[in-house]
Amino acid sequence: MSEKATLHILAEFPYSVPTIERGYAGQTLYVNVGERAIQARPVTEEMKLKFTGGRGFDLWLLWHGVKDNTRWNDPENEITISSGPCAGITQYPGSGKSIAATISPLTNVVIDSNVGGHFGPYLKFAGWDAIEVQGKAARDVIVYVDGVAGQVTLYEAPADAPTDTHLLGHWLMDQFAATEEDRQLMSFVTAGSGAEHTLMGCLNFSLYDRKRKALRYKQAGRGGIGTVLRDKKIKALVVHAPPFGGDMNHPADLKRIQAAGADIHQEVREFDPVQNRMRNRGTPYLVKIMDDYDLLPVHNFQFGRHPDTPKIKGEVWEARLTQGLPDGCWYGCTVGCAHAVDGFVVRTGPYQGQTVIVDGPEYETVAGVGSNCGIFDPEAILEINFYCDTYGIDTISFGTAMAFAMECYEAGVLNAERTGGLELRFGNADAALEVLHQMARGEGFGQIFGMGIRRMKQYFIEHFGADPHFVWDIGMEAKGLEYSEYLTKESLAQQGGYGLTNKGPQHDEAWLIFMDMVNNELPTFEDKAEALHYFPMWRTWFGLCGFCKLPWNDVVHPKNKLTPQPQKIMHHVENYRQLFIGVTGREISYDDIITMSERVYNFQRVFNIRLGYGLREHDAIPYRSAGPVTVEEYESRADRYDRQLREWLGLDPETMTIHEKMAAHRRYRMERYEKLIDAVYKRRGWTERGVPTPEKLHELGIDYPDVIAVVQRHL
Amino acid sequence: MKVLSYNPERCVGCHTCEEVCSDTWFKVTDAEKSSIRIHDDSGSGPLRAVYCVQCGDCIAVCPTEALSRDKKGIVRIQKKLCVGCLSCVGFCPYSAMFYHPDQTEPFKCIACGQCAKTCPADALEIVEVETPRAPGLQV
Repeated sequence: MSEKATLHILAEFPYSVPTIERGYAGQTLYVNVGERAIQARPVTEEMKLKFTGGRGFDLWLLWHGVKDNTRWNDPENEITISSGPCAGITQYPGSGKSIAATISPLTNVVIDSNVGGHFGPYLKFAGWDAIEVQGKAARDVIVYVDGVAGQVTLYEAPADAPTDTHLLGHWLMDQFAATEEDRQLMSFVTAGSGAEHTLMGCLNFSLYDRKRKALRYKQAGRGGIGTVLRDKKIKALVVHAPPFGGDMNHPADLKRIQAAGADIHQEVREFDPVQNRMRNRGTPYLVKIMDDYDLLPVHNFQFGRHPDTPKIKGEVWEARLTQGLPDGCWYGCTVGCAHAVDGFVVRTGPYQGQTVIVDGPEYETVAGVGSNCGIFDPEAILEINFYCDTYGIDTISFGTAMAFAMECYEAGVLNAERTGGLELRFGNADAALEVLHQMARGEGFGQIFGMGIRRMKQYFIEHFGADPHFVWDIGMEAKGLEYSEYLTKESLAQQGGYGLTNKGPQHDEAWLIFMDMVNNELPTFEDKAEALHYFPMWRTWFGLCGFCKLPWNDVVHPKNKLTPQPQKIMHHVENYRQLFIGVTGREISYDDIITMSERVYNFQRVFNIRLGYGLREHDAIPYRSAGPVTVEEYESRADRYDRQLREWLGLDPETMTIHEKMAAHRRYRMERYEKLIDAVYKRRGWTERGVPTPEKLHELGIDYPDVIAVVQRHL
Repeated sequence: MKVLSYNPERCVGCHTCEEVCSDTWFKVTDAEKSSIRIHDDSGSGPLRAVYCVQCGDCIAVCPTEALSRDKKGIVRIQKKLCVGCLSCVGFCPYSAMFYHPDQTEPFKCIACGQCAKTCPADALEIVEVETPRAPGLQV
């Protein structure tokens, strides 16, 4: 235990902690760390009705906080965090999620990133539906929200306070928690030294694990929000919640919530052991399934399977992860995918020899820093996972960017001289780890790498003479955000699921590969467009309310397959509808759910346009997302691609050279993607350029003058 | 340890046990607040009782360590620690952890014996068993 430091107070704001009514505290917290200003702002009925909470509140606050020309490192950029009206209920799995948002250093538009941990619910229990931090501090600061004393305090952080999360968390506990009960009621948002020196910094949201008596972390990984936190010189956001029970939200109808909760817990108990085994493996159960279907990203998304995949499949993680603990990232989550490896001894870097808890790894991490980089050593994956988390670096961006750098190395774009002596070949875990340590120190090749793929492409073209076509084709980013870890070449709908997102290619908007490619349930462009309307909207809704998506479709009653639209899992949709009504007392229909999301989704699209992006040209995808870039890639699936030439295009592959065949595929696949865009924009109520029409905005009730003014410039 | 035991052959389905249980612990006569429930699944017998056999499977599921065995081996809920998540309700292999919207915490049989004392058919009794999963206690 470190000695408690005396912290210098920069600003104080006493408040009376409100009673939460039907899921809302009724106010949001504004903190300007540069001007040392702290304010309470009311949550209006309009906000609740139109924006619900979570991502909706984040965007609303951010919209009013920034200017049209605000960039990520301008003082007026904000980080907003909100959980939503249903967050903090304990009865249903996955009800403690928050969404963090900011203007992203990677994409220059709004990023929203969803995350578990205790911070969101505790912030609400402390009396705030959202926190909005703005400004830039001169020196490191800590924002402390004390929901017991009713005071928000801005402290100057002592110069010797640690930055990396696993150390900083301990330091914060010693500083702010006097008793074991205090520890249970504390949560932190932190980043790390990697977030300081790169553009792919993540936020770590803590949870105190009562059984391990230890801090654990979940990550708001995407889009560099941790980078913005450190750019503002914020060391940590700290919340101390009052003691709570199962009705802290003062729900309108507890009975509905309890009934839905008991129902799903029973399903999890009965079916998870024979379905995904989330309670034992977490999301890495997917690794083998993806490999079986030729969808696991291997060697920078070139291939979909690898002979070494069994070394990193679900069974391996089940044996490596500590079993038998209730590993939910919020109370009552029986899906409990937030597993950990206890007693991990760090092998490299500044924390070599320390014994630590490694949170996860999640599927995305295993596939990203594992198979996609040709790394099939679970211990190396754990080491990278640990360092990414404590340095505050997004494992998805790191993995996808590392896969890109490795392919560039193999292709001769990079060499040992350009990397400072690192042999960045596929499978070289030590080299990947060294880049990670350089990123944390802001040194060497790590500095270039930390800019992310989009800027690396430009850098490699300008400084290393890279072929622009090659790096643009193989660098798996869209809008500047690195792809998450699914191979999309054979699923047009999933190409749209990644390309036609607001924030960039992240699977939380739409995951349609199985429906489209495996089950062939979306044969026409209209079918795909409908799926690319319904599912992104449905998935958006989780992030408005404070829910996790996993309990929706990672455990399913076998009877579901007999329902008319099994892919929607309407029994669970009904549970969620009941939960929302039970908490807020607001009666909603299935259609209302979609409309609630459409408001926020369209608002975000307009927000992107306001910031100078968000049009059709920004929905472009790298060609590797749509088809084979290299000869080797084509040949790995030659039978399939040749057959497609015959069946789709009426060509005879026997009479064509490999380059002619690849060119024919490319023309066809890119045209097909453009047709998909047309169909999706039409379904979403957007113009051909991807602009929400004033009529659509009026229909949704978000035709505010400043919103309409943005779209009118592009009609 | 002492646990509740049920004999379906003696049970006449009068539901007195449910009334006594809810009256003992909630001061109301309400089967929905009873920690023992008598079911007649087919409508014509045999009857079936649902109550906690003290197997303790719920203990590991609880995220707040609110469930534990007392000195006598009975599984008890510490209300102060419970956050009302109902994980134990869904994970009880006997469906014997109950909940009611009047309170957030679930409730269960702690083998107090009030129902056994008042059962007019002598279908319930408190018996001594060596382990919580002793044969014959499956309900």
